[in-house]
Amino acid sequence: MNYIPNILFAVALALGIGYFVKNVKKLVRNIKLGQDVDVSDHKDQRWQNMIRIALGQGKMVRRPVAGILHIIVYVGFIIINIEVLEIILDGLTGKHRLFSFMGGFYGFLIGSFEILAFLVFVSVVIFWIRRNIMKLQRFWKPEMTSWPKNDANFILYFEMVLMTLFLVMNATDIHFQEMHSGNVISQFIAPLFSGASEGTLHVIERSAWWLHILGILVFLNYLYFSKHLHILLAFPNTYFGKVKPKGAFNNVEAVTAEVKMMMDPDADPYAMPEEGADEEVPAKFGASDVQDLSWVQLLNAYTCTECGRCTSECPANLTGKKLSPRKIMMDTRDRLEEVGKNIDANNGEFKDDGKQLLGDYISHEEIWACTTCNACVEACPVSIDPLSIILEMRRYLVMEQSAAPMELNNMMSNIENNGAPWPYNQMDRLNWVDEN
Amino acid sequence: MEQLIVKTMADYMAEGKEPEILFWVGSAGSYDDRAKKITRAFVKLLNKAQVEFAVLGTEESCTGDVAKRAGNEFLFQMQAMMNIELLNGYEVKRIVTACPHSYNTLKNEYPALGGQYQVQHHTEFIEELMHNGRLKIESSSTLNGKRITFHDPCYLGRANEVYEAPRNLLTALGVDLVEMKRHKQTALCCGAGGAQMFKEPEKGDKDINVLRTEDALETQPSIIATGCPYCNTMMTDGVKAKEKEDSIQVLDVAELIANAENL
Ligand code: SF4
Ligand code: SF4
Repeated sequence: MNYIPNILFAVALALGIGYFVKNVKKLVRNIKLGQDVDVSDHKDQRWQNMIRIALGQGKMVRRPVAGILHIIVYVGFIIINIEVLEIILDGLTGKHRLFSFMGGFYGFLIGSFEILAFLVFVSVVIFWIRRNIMKLQRFWKPEMTSWPKNDANFILYFEMVLMTLFLVMNATDIHFQEMHSGNVISQFIAPLFSGASEGTLHVIERSAWWLHILGILVFLNYLYFSKHLHILLAFPNTYFGKVKPKGAFNNVEAVTAEVKMMMDPDADPYAMPEEGADEEVPAKFGASDVQDLSWVQLLNAYTCTECGRCTSECPANLTGKKLSPRKIMMDTRDRLEEVGKNIDANNGEFKDDGKQLLGDYISHEEIWACTTCNACVEACPVSIDPLSIILEMRRYLVMEQSAAPMELNNMMSNIENNGAPWPYNQMDRLNWVDEN
Repeated sequence: MEQLIVKTMADYMAEGKEPEILFWVGSAGSYDDRAKKITRAFVKLLNKAQVEFAVLGTEESCTGDVAKRAGNEFLFQMQAMMNIELLNGYEVKRIVTACPHSYNTLKNEYPALGGQYQVQHHTEFIEELMHNGRLKIESSSTLNGKRITFHDPCYLGRANEVYEAPRNLLTALGVDLVEMKRHKQTALCCGAGGAQMFKEPEKGDKDINVLRTEDALETQPSIIATGCPYCNTMMTDGVKAKEKEDSIQVLDVAELIANAENL
């Protein structure tokens, strides 16, 4: 017996999975660069969110066309993976169609895979048309040029090729076609090869088989570099996503400690902090770079599908302002990758590169254009919160840099002086009673 | 001019009594000329329903919402803690406000700082009065069948998922409620939130309130109803920008009810 194919297969599999694991480790390391945040609350609600939004694709269908097509691709992806299991076992053992002992049920399984593969192919073609021919606006914003644009199309080509290889593999498998069970779609492809000899058919079948499984391994490793990472991260991301009402912005506890101190008449401003007091004043308020964000926000960035549903509902973006919530997420990911590479290149230590997220990637103009309306948060199909990042940057600008727009500084000093954002006397607060 | 009955928390305290609710007027409702009319309209409804309510009067101070959203967490927390001290001192339990920004902050952001209250938007409270039979809201001859569209305030709708209370009140008035294409979850912001009310917008090709007004105009309404003093200003300006101020009014839900009741 010839074991070379089995060995080659095992090596390819080990390499593919090994490299993937390496990248996953890097991904986890990068996400952990973020600040700690407590996400141990609302466990039931979190599981529910994950099941409804990620597993159940609950938010995708808000846009019915894209939603239904996406569900087909998603279901196809998961179910056809059962077939990949057989392919891997075949590859390792040198058997052919290991699961075919199941007889009629096997035919039913492969038949379903074929139908799904066909539907996935059609859906992906429609996705491609929407992106490249119909040019849906949200796919043609300034942040969607170069890599992001190519990435989106590469994914579609990948899927088209993988589905084609799967169907060709079945169509050229003489034994399988002779079973007349399960070749629901491939029987219509088989005639294309009717002129070929048995030997040629076998070569085509083997090539399709190899290319299919190698393609899957390559695709697996492509994820880390692509928006396609969402197929994995959507699950943790929807679990860790916001569970409070959207209007509730987080409380900065370090500020609470200081404010309490300022307001307590008995507090001794020169007192040493109590032994073991955990209310340490953080290095800085707000965020100017990725390490200042929470790890959930960094996970958000890696999960972003770049679908642009957020941006297409953003009032600032709709009226021509520079702000695009999708860009906020993409910039955060790009900067995080840059920081990660910096750490890799410097033996595990970040070396100051004179850059930061705020300023070098995201401009002040973008940050100040936000109305905090939550439309982006509501629209996101995978529970990403771009607004929370914008808020952290505003906090940095105001509390660390005193760099708010002038009018806002006026507004804030009004609040400080007379308890209202306008320069009115607090004693006039009740004047409305007697006015008309 | 009809005299409103308005008592402060301090008045109640002096009488040794407790009000049913605290009406949080908010800075806009206290000082802004347009918003003061909304405040008065709501108080007329409270008076009519004989609700024992109190205001903080000159003791009230900005909730800090706008400071927090501008990034000034220090100022926000200073305001919040001052207000909480005052509210807790008066042992306030229920708060009603006509401003969704105050509503959101009091309801969602004060608890972490020690202020736990039951908070309602005025449309929720009016709806409750209607259900309890304390305030009759009937199909009114002046509004019957009028095309009215409701603009969802971000901090009431998306932020807190209150979509039905204002709509139920409008329906009770017998109006022809027409929805904009973007409504409820997908409603477009009026452009005032996140401290935008207090600054010039960044460079763009349109003002947000004008875009939102265009959404509203598509429904060919005779009235645009709102539930937020800031939205009211933005939509009023939008209607002016579209030169429609002669044919289209922008009114708060409380004003619509007060008008219908000839209050
Ligand atoms: S919250 Fe800010 S970024 Fe998000 S949609 Fe609204 S304006 Fe745009
Ligand atoms: S943040 Fe969400 S809605 Fe926006 S592009 Fe990313 S995945 Fe899409």
